[in-house]
Amino acid sequence: MKKLLIANRGEIAVRIIRTAREMGIVTVAVVSEADKTSLAADLADEAIVVGPAPAGLSYLNHDAVLKAALDSGADAVHPGYGFLSENAEFARKVIAAGLTWVGPSPESIELMGDKSRARRAAIDAGVPTLPGTETALRDDDDLEAIAARIGYPLVVKASAGGGGRGIRLVEDPAQLRGTVEIAQAEALGAFNSADVYFEKFVTRARHVEVQILGDGETFVHLGDRDCSMQRRQQKILEEAPAPGLPDEVRERMRDSSVELARKANYVGVGTVEFLYDPFSHEVAFIEMNTRIQVEHTITEAITGMDLVREQLRIAAGEKLDITQSDVTFSGHALEFRINAEDPDNNFMPSPGLIKTMNLPGGAGVRADFGFISGKTVAPFYDSLLGKIIVWAPTRELAIARSARALDEAHIDGVKSTIGLLSSLVGLPDFADVKHHTKYIESFLDSTIPDSTGDAE
Amino acid sequence: MSHQIISPLPGIFYRKPGPGKEPYVNEGDTVSAGQTIGLVEIMKQFSEVRAEFDGVLEKFEIEDFGVVNPGDVIAITS
Repeated sequence: MKKLLIANRGEIAVRIIRTAREMGIVTVAVVSEADKTSLAADLADEAIVVGPAPAGLSYLNHDAVLKAALDSGADAVHPGYGFLSENAEFARKVIAAGLTWVGPSPESIELMGDKSRARRAAIDAGVPTLPGTETALRDDDDLEAIAARIGYPLVVKASAGGGGRGIRLVEDPAQLRGTVEIAQAEALGAFNSADVYFEKFVTRARHVEVQILGDGETFVHLGDRDCSMQRRQQKILEEAPAPGLPDEVRERMRDSSVELARKANYVGVGTVEFLYDPFSHEVAFIEMNTRIQVEHTITEAITGMDLVREQLRIAAGEKLDITQSDVTFSGHALEFRINAEDPDNNFMPSPGLIKTMNLPGGAGVRADFGFISGKTVAPFYDSLLGKIIVWAPTRELAIARSARALDEAHIDGVKSTIGLLSSLVGLPDFADVKHHTKYIESFLDSTIPDSTGDAE
Repeated sequence: MSHQIISPLPGIFYRKPGPGKEPYVNEGDTVSAGQTIGLVEIMKQFSEVRAEFDGVLEKFEIEDFGVVNPGDVIAITS
């Protein structure tokens, strides 16, 4: 691998460029018309415009991205996360063009992308799952009987959904048929497949996940993470390792995740996501993501590994140079997602010019950003500006260091999540691990005076 | 009496609810006040663009997938 095209933008493009440069690999950034002067374009050896601002016409345009790769003489394509990273059809096109795809095989992407097939694979590998249907519902199924066996509340999930999308809650039998019909129509519209299935709903859960790494022969886990602080079902604060898990739960999660990777002959990095019920101590499979995740940095902080380097080495055909016993964990890490949005106004996006941006430093603090002062945040893409990653020997020290780091952080020009994150990390509920995936909504409801009288 | 439908947000204007779907309205169609005529996407969040008055949608000033800035005229009704 001599020349790598990065089919992404923002902080992850910058993240990938940095490791590639350290490895002596020449980098090519693809950019939309709106991103021609982005930090990623500045840092890459070359930048190629692949289309106008809308992602559908640029970053998601298979032919334009592939043409940029071939024209630039790149021999490999890294898709980052989001965009084309879990698109098996694009992965096949990259491979068919004679280029190296930095990611798992198209077959692995397809298997884990179909949520009901992935659930079946998880069950086969001994991964704990919630009660539910093992295949997509059929028209002649007795929905009421199936739902009664699983129990209420339950969720109707789109087989092709994921990442918190395509999920509908059913609280009692009267809502069942109507909700299934709506879910099927929505799934057809959003994912081009009307397949849906049932799963038991856990009312108050934490989100925990296991990082896995495989080369097709050797499979290891790199520990776990907790991503329970979420807004709109999107993660905003993550930590590694997941705090307060009983040892046997952690071991079962980790071991079964490795087994799932092994059974799928998995190649590359992947994440197995779970719900954890802190009351029953039960853990259950949600999905497996077949890409680098935003929060991979906290795993790097506690293992000392560079996950993008591992991705590039494995894609180039090298074998893992570690086994499970070589993976050791040190200390505790937190990641804070700094988004251009207004937490006081229902997380309304806040594009615009970043007049100044002061990022924190000091021992144990890492800032991975796709922007610097003087760059403009376009209204066309995800609101993630970057991440502040904090490491310390213990969770308690990591929390104290995070409060200090967030205090140093300052952005002028766009609204950001810095203040909200600062509040969250200082909460006794966070210190005591009493938070869950709906925590931020309840926290905001209780702290912001409701001037409109609107219950929304 | 013609009215302008203005985008309050920056982003991308879509005339269809999703890929492969029919447009919300076509030029020449009758629209009623409050009816959705398209979507504006800003940072993955979608806001509906609505007609303010009953009338006929005469013309779209922004095409499907077009970039809009706050204050831009999206369409004209009469």
